[in-house]
Amino acid sequence: MKTAVIVFPGSNCDRDLAVCLRDVTGQAPAMIWHGESELPEGLDLIGVPGGFSYGDYLRSGAMAARSPVMQAVVKAAAKGTKVLGICNGFQVLTEAGLLPGALMRNAGIHFVCRPVPLTVENNQNSFTSKYAAGERITVSVAHHDGNYAADEATLARIEGEGRVVFRYAEPVNGSAHDIAGIINDAGNVMGMMPHPERMADLGAGLDDGRRVFESLLAA
Amino acid sequence: MKRRIFVTLKNGVLDPQGKAVHHALTGLGFAGVNDVRIGKLIEIDVADDTSDAALAEMCEKLLANTVIENYRIEAGPEEVAR
Repeated sequence: MKTAVIVFPGSNCDRDLAVCLRDVTGQAPAMIWHGESELPEGLDLIGVPGGFSYGDYLRSGAMAARSPVMQAVVKAAAKGTKVLGICNGFQVLTEAGLLPGALMRNAGIHFVCRPVPLTVENNQNSFTSKYAAGERITVSVAHHDGNYAADEATLARIEGEGRVVFRYAEPVNGSAHDIAGIINDAGNVMGMMPHPERMADLGAGLDDGRRVFESLLAA
Repeated sequence: MKRRIFVTLKNGVLDPQGKAVHHALTGLGFAGVNDVRIGKLIEIDVADDTSDAALAEMCEKLLANTVIENYRIEAGPEEVAR
C-alpha cells in the first residue's frame, strides 16, 4: 500500500502517523510538505495528521485547508484516493469542504487529553472493516477544538446515511450526537478527532487504533 | 481603503469562551450581564476599486466558516470620517 503523510508547519503527529503506517504497511510513507502542489503518483492513502497547523491561526485547520498541497489532496479525493484526517487533520478536511460540519472549541473550554471510550458505529467501509459494528474501543484524544457542529439537516443526513463512524461513549467535548468520526458520501474520506496512530503499537499495551490501518491495508 | 469585517458565531451556536467571560464578569461583581458572545474583528486594507462582491468572497472562502459563523462588512474608520 502506497501512502503519504501531509506535513504542515505546526503538524506534530506526522511522525507518529508515519511510524504507524510503516509498521502496518511495511512501507514508509512519503512525507509531503504543505507547499507542494503535486502528490506522488499512485497513492492509496493520504494521511492528514494531528497538530496545530499554522498555529491554529484564524480557525483550527483554516489556513492549512487553503494551502497548495490541500488543493492536490482535494483533487486526489475526488478521484477516489483514500484520505484519513486525524484530529487537526479532521479539522483541515472540514475546512477544505471534504467533510461536512465544523469542529468548534470544546464545550467545557478545557483541552481534553485522555483515552476515551468509542463505539464503532459503522464497519462497512474501508477504514473500520476490521472492527465489529457496535464494538467498544479505547482511543486517546488530545484536542481543544473537537466539538463537532453541523446544522440539523446535515446531522440528520449523515446519521441517516450511516456516515457517523465513531461515536464517543461518554461526554468528551460537547460534540453534536457525540460524533467522534465521520466519513464522506463516497466512502473514501474519513475524519476523526481521536488518535488511532497513538494506539497502534503492538508493544505498548493499548492498540485499539491499529485496526483502522489494518482495515485500510485490507481494503 | 479600509474595511472592517466582523465575524460572529451564528445564533444558537454555543460559545464557550463567551460563557467563561460572562461567568468571570459576574464573578467580578458586575450585575445585569445577560449574555456575552465573542467574535473577531478583521481590519483589512484593500485597493480602492475592490468590490463588495470580492470582499464577500474573501469572507466566504477564508475569513469566516459559514457553517458556524456569520460575517458583516463595514467601512473602516477613515471612510466613516469622510
